[in-house]
Amino acid sequence: MLRDITLGQYYQTDSVIHRMDPRIKLIGTIIYMISLFLYKNITVYLLAFLFLIIVIRISKVPFRFMIRGLKTVMFLLLITSVFNLFLTKGEPLVSIWKLTITKEGLANAVYIVIRLAFLIIGSSLMTLTTMPNQLTDGLEKLMRPLKFFKVPVHEVAMMMSIALRFIPILMEETDKIMKALMARGADFEGGKLLDKAKAMVPLLVPLVISAFRRANDLAMAMEARCYQGGEGRTKMKPLQYKRIDYMAYGVLALYLLAVILLGRLYPLSLIS
Amino acid sequence: MELIQTENLVFEYIRRDEEGNVEGITKAVDNVSLQVKQGDFIAVLGHNGSGKSTFAKHLNAILMPTEGTVYVDGKDTREKEALWDIRKTAGMVFQNPDNQIIGQVVEEDVGFGPENMGVPTKEIWERVEESLKAVGMYAYRKHSPNKLSGGQKQRVSIAGVLAMHPKCIVLDEPTAMLDPNGRKEVIRAVRALNQAENITVILITHYMEEVIHADKVIVMDQGQVAMEGTPKEIFSQVERLKELRLDVPQVTLLAHELRKSGINLPKGILTTEEFVEELQKIALQIL
Repeated sequence: MLRDITLGQYYQTDSVIHRMDPRIKLIGTIIYMISLFLYKNITVYLLAFLFLIIVIRISKVPFRFMIRGLKTVMFLLLITSVFNLFLTKGEPLVSIWKLTITKEGLANAVYIVIRLAFLIIGSSLMTLTTMPNQLTDGLEKLMRPLKFFKVPVHEVAMMMSIALRFIPILMEETDKIMKALMARGADFEGGKLLDKAKAMVPLLVPLVISAFRRANDLAMAMEARCYQGGEGRTKMKPLQYKRIDYMAYGVLALYLLAVILLGRLYPLSLIS
Repeated sequence: MELIQTENLVFEYIRRDEEGNVEGITKAVDNVSLQVKQGDFIAVLGHNGSGKSTFAKHLNAILMPTEGTVYVDGKDTREKEALWDIRKTAGMVFQNPDNQIIGQVVEEDVGFGPENMGVPTKEIWERVEESLKAVGMYAYRKHSPNKLSGGQKQRVSIAGVLAMHPKCIVLDEPTAMLDPNGRKEVIRAVRALNQAENITVILITHYMEEVIHADKVIVMDQGQVAMEGTPKEIFSQVERLKELRLDVPQVTLLAHELRKSGINLPKGILTTEEFVEELQKIALQIL
């Protein structure tokens, strides 16, 4: 059943991380990403690894869910490391035919793999522990200062949450149209790439038309329920920092401090 | 002045050809005058294209009259300042259950209206709880709307309107896309609201079974009010209803045919119970 697909990849369980304010999780992810790119330093990476493991433990999300996110970028990871391995200039280490692996190249490849892997795991930890609608709420509140520069923050957040609500509905509709077309002899599987693309046209046209019709209906229903933009709107579930969130901010600050200290005081690079 | 009052309401659609020239004007609603009292249950009947949905959309100020006036709780729908008051007073439930649920969780959707009205957070929760209980969907408050049945979704939509504390709910063919069970569910919820909370209900439909409990039935045809009266009065004119391309409930039709073949049944029988009772009376007479 297409309806059962959970969006994003939220993992339902009860943990401290799940209960935290979405804003702290967003900011935390950004700080973690920054910490990975501050220094090329093994001690810093060790700390980042330790931090990640501890947070994953607290979140109670099984480790295999983290790896799942990694699988999708495996190809990217491979390519970037191969390029770094062979194309970095420096002291030659091994030479096979025309390709040379340099010391610097090897070091860079290791760094890039570590950085990307931690980055992906870190951000998938955020999406695994935060419901999509909470995420949009958090984004809306964090981006609020941008309103000053005439960025329609509320509208964008509203669009995101409506999109999230309608993705399963439109997926089901796609399924329905596809089956209707297949029943009349349409072929979505075989043929060359061009044929496949051509087969999508009769699928996309009714889908787009129906999406517009739905949008029209929804706009009318929203207006009928007094929707008039973000002005003067109250929240049923307002975001409010609790003690745990302030503590989390403290932990984040400590982590960033530790990264900077380690990076400065104990530089331990792969190439000396 | 009554809760809802329309005076000589006319609404015209302008049809244009591809160059944008006016091809013709269709009167979707033609000279409708109507008065609805607080607490009434009004059913509006009509076949497709009779103008009943267009009429309904005037009561919530989604459409503005071309001619004539619509007053909702004493306010003219054409006045811009009164717009949000009118939409608070007359809530609207639409046909397609999927296209009117905004929230990703049932309780969030019900809270959408009060949020827009600027109701304080604590009161929103109270309203959501009470509305969901009123339609019997409280147990599903944490569910995703995608996993509910059609009837349940429509009940959530009704709760969403209810949370805005309206005096009147306009339902525009709320059961057209539902299965028979879903239809019963929704109609039962609507009747309960009308009776327990004294909320005015205007039900637009083309299912005859849904109108037999109404206080007043209005039959529309080509934008005009073709018939008006109690369900009994309306359904006693079976021939006229057929002319208007409307069906009558099965029992009513059966009673009508029996009457035509000489059995002395009264006009306008609406329910099976009533029919059985009358039939028993006749049987006793014969015996």
